[in-house]
Amino acid sequence: MSDTIIAISMIWMFVFVYSIAGSIDFGAGYWSMKYIKHKRSKATNIANRYLSPSWEITNVFIVMVVVGLFNFFPGATYTLGTVLLLPASLILLLITIRSAFLVFSHSAAKYKNTLIMVSGISGLLVPALLILVLPITHGNFIEIVDGVERLKFARLLVSWSAYAFIAFAVSSTLFLSSLLLADYSHVSGQPEAYKIYRRDAVIGGPLNLLFAFLLILAIYREAGWLYTNIIKNWGWLLLSVLFFLVGYSALFWKSANKDLSIDGRPRFAVIGIVIQYLFASAAYGKAHLPYIVYPFVTIESGFTHPDTFRALFWSYMVSFAVLVPGFVYFWRIFMKDTRYLKQMGGGD
Amino acid sequence: MNDILMARVLFGTTMGFHVIFATLGVGIPLMILAAELFFHKTKDQEYQIMAKRWTKAFAVLLGVGIPSGTIAGVQLSLLWPGFMEVVGKVIALPFQIEIFAFFLESLFMSIYVYAADRLSPFMRIVSLSLVAVGAAASAILITNVHAFEGTPAGFRMESGKVVDVDPWAAFFNPGFLVTAEHVVYSAFMTGAFVIASVSAVKLLKKKLTGQEQSLHRKALALSLVIGGIFSIMTAFNGHTSAQELHKYQPEKLAAAEGLFKTQPNAPLTIGGYTDPVSQTVKYGIEIPGLLSFLAANRFDEVVTGLNDFPKNEWPPLFIHTLFNSMVGIGILLIVLSLIGFIWNFVTRKRSFPRWLLWMFVASGPLSLLSIEFGWIFSCTGRQPWVIYRVMTTAESATKTGNIGMLFVLFAGAYLFLAIVTVLVLRYYFKRHPLHLEYGPDTIDLS
Ligand code: HDD
Ligand code: HEM
Ligand code: HEM
Repeated sequence: MSDTIIAISMIWMFVFVYSIAGSIDFGAGYWSMKYIKHKRSKATNIANRYLSPSWEITNVFIVMVVVGLFNFFPGATYTLGTVLLLPASLILLLITIRSAFLVFSHSAAKYKNTLIMVSGISGLLVPALLILVLPITHGNFIEIVDGVERLKFARLLVSWSAYAFIAFAVSSTLFLSSLLLADYSHVSGQPEAYKIYRRDAVIGGPLNLLFAFLLILAIYREAGWLYTNIIKNWGWLLLSVLFFLVGYSALFWKSANKDLSIDGRPRFAVIGIVIQYLFASAAYGKAHLPYIVYPFVTIESGFTHPDTFRALFWSYMVSFAVLVPGFVYFWRIFMKDTRYLKQMGGGD
Repeated sequence: MNDILMARVLFGTTMGFHVIFATLGVGIPLMILAAELFFHKTKDQEYQIMAKRWTKAFAVLLGVGIPSGTIAGVQLSLLWPGFMEVVGKVIALPFQIEIFAFFLESLFMSIYVYAADRLSPFMRIVSLSLVAVGAAASAILITNVHAFEGTPAGFRMESGKVVDVDPWAAFFNPGFLVTAEHVVYSAFMTGAFVIASVSAVKLLKKKLTGQEQSLHRKALALSLVIGGIFSIMTAFNGHTSAQELHKYQPEKLAAAEGLFKTQPNAPLTIGGYTDPVSQTVKYGIEIPGLLSFLAANRFDEVVTGLNDFPKNEWPPLFIHTLFNSMVGIGILLIVLSLIGFIWNFVTRKRSFPRWLLWMFVASGPLSLLSIEFGWIFSCTGRQPWVIYRVMTTAESATKTGNIGMLFVLFAGAYLFLAIVTVLVLRYYFKRHPLHLEYGPDTIDLS
């Protein structure tokens, strides 16, 4: 494998991890807003239990995507920085408001409901805006004025394909997060909350698949080059659909837990669906190559200095190795420790 | 206003906002760690209560520090793409390693905050130490890039192209160690003095219970000791920083001191403002020879004046005032901690007189001001360069318009967040008064 391919694969991986972790994070914010009146089921508490310790870590992943991109592909910074100024600024503002209010809502019980509302709504808007980065990199919405690339943001916002992307982002967010929260309430032994999140996932799955097809249609209409490449990877897409079917059906398998009278093996569902996304985004990522921003920047034209790449690569490897125990410890404390999971008193 | 100026104003505002939370994010964990350690040594429950309450405040500040830092990082690419292109090729390492410092800090912060009751005392201290290490490391690493801008190394520019890259030489650029030390020491002293301020405010209240008196006095003593130590270290290291300027960025030092003529026995001027027409510092107090001595520890050292540099490469002259204010505050705070120490030592009383408490109240805001002055001095004093003598700020700026509108949006968001942060902190501590912390409710750590 060439250095450029290794580098872009690493970026792809960061994006993938962030898109899953971010979807779950933002979705959890939405659910905690939606079920705030549903006191008895503890659905809001479950969402908050998940969200409280994890949003900071999820946030580091978005920083990692940005930093990784301009470290590995500094040649793309000029174009990306220029065309993304407006949408990225809006995303930043929303993320800021949301993160701040998530934290505030722990300290100020009086404002809790308003605060959760703010974080819930911005939790849906952020994925919607974030995904617009993809159609922008497809090139159709960039023009060159006086030798400088410019984003035709207004045109993007009135194109129907933008809305296909947005629909997909929002439905993914809700689907993935309801799945994970179903699993989380399952291991926490919260049948009421589990029932609610399982139902949401059951509704969300087919909708999400539908929007995925709409998305491909949008790509077909807006970016022919990309569509042709994606179709070349039809094997990956097929695997993706297959894993969707497996994961989705796991919601209907017989429960392993005798105490819960509700069907489903949510842990398998989560794994199946994450693999579905892995294959689908691999197909998309492969098809996108060699372009970072079509047709202005390719992975070759944007690549960093080879010595810098090598230093970066090894420091990534070392840092990951050092951090793994930290992540494992975190996982054990928040995702497995029954003392944490069962204590459902709600925030402070 | 033109777009480049707008971009500078926007970025400067973002950094000026972030650095408040970032500095406290480095300084307060050290205070929490100190309180935890004291608790385990003395088994005095009050130290544990301090740790708990400071952690709560810290978590709220982090809720603003993390997103504003995210903004800073992304805006760097959005507003200065030309600069970031060089950064990506040459000095990418600190940014990359910083990510892991963030991971370290946020993983163990969540563990310390949300799992406090399930951790053994040992793991509490380990987690807290890792939070403090992560925070200090992220400050050191970002300062690495900042130092690189002033003393670039590890590459050459050849007809607009970056060549001869050596990423580790860039990482260990000449300014790095001294600058990083200065940032960390000043952050530690700021964290301590901000806590001293809060304790002093509490001690000034008329009706205090015995518990409140006792706890706030201990907190004040702890923060004055830590603040005092680090303000002395900041000053000594600041002296070294100035000598580095003499070596690597002479025009910045010249502008900081309002020195126009190159000369041995150069005077140090305190106060006043620099007047380019008469080439003097008006209304300043001049101490002959001291600048030469500061720059190289000898009076006959020749210090280069501004006239030796082309006028279009002069830093703005108002940095003289910023530099004076930073140093002035630094010295004032050293004196203040010494007075507190001597008072305690001489009178053997556990309480301070009100006038002294009022001065302690000022110490926190003053150190935060000093942080702002220092950064603006350092960044603005580098102008017109974004990378010293390699790339100008104007060359590196984005060419997209509309920055004015973004400035309004971001500035509004910062203002709003600042207000809400204060409200939330007040609300929380009103609803959780100190006396509720005593008694069986506290976490049992033994
Ligand atoms: C509490 C804050 C604080 C205090 C009391 C001081 N400083 Fe400072 N100083 C900073 C906080 C700071 C800073 C905000 O952290 C800066 C900005 C950039 C940097 O590297 O550190 C800084 C920069 C900075 C620089 C510029 C470095 C550069 O541009 O490359 C010099 C020469 C000094 N300082 C010198 C001093 C001296 C002689 C002090 C005497 C007491 C002093 N500082 C106190
Ligand atoms: C954290 C505290 C900081 C503050 C308060 C601060 C403040 C400022 C200000 C006010 C400017 C505008 C300068 C002018 O227009 O005269 C500026 C510019 C800049 N600073 Fe800093 N800065 C900080 C830290 C940093 C760090 C750590 C870096 C390095 C990563 C950095 C990189 C830059 C760059 C690239 C510019 C833009 C180009 C320029 O105007 O020089 N700054 N900063
Ligand atoms: C004196 C200067 C600075 C200090 C002391 C400082 C320190 C910090 C600290 C302690 C955090 C919280 C980290 C966490 O908990 O995750 C933080 C966040 C952050 N800072 Fe700064 N910072 C400084 C300047 C800058 C500058 C100039 C940039 C951008 C170039 C920057 C980028 C960031 C980013 C991206 C985050 C968010 C990290 C996350 O998502 O967790 N910082 N900073």
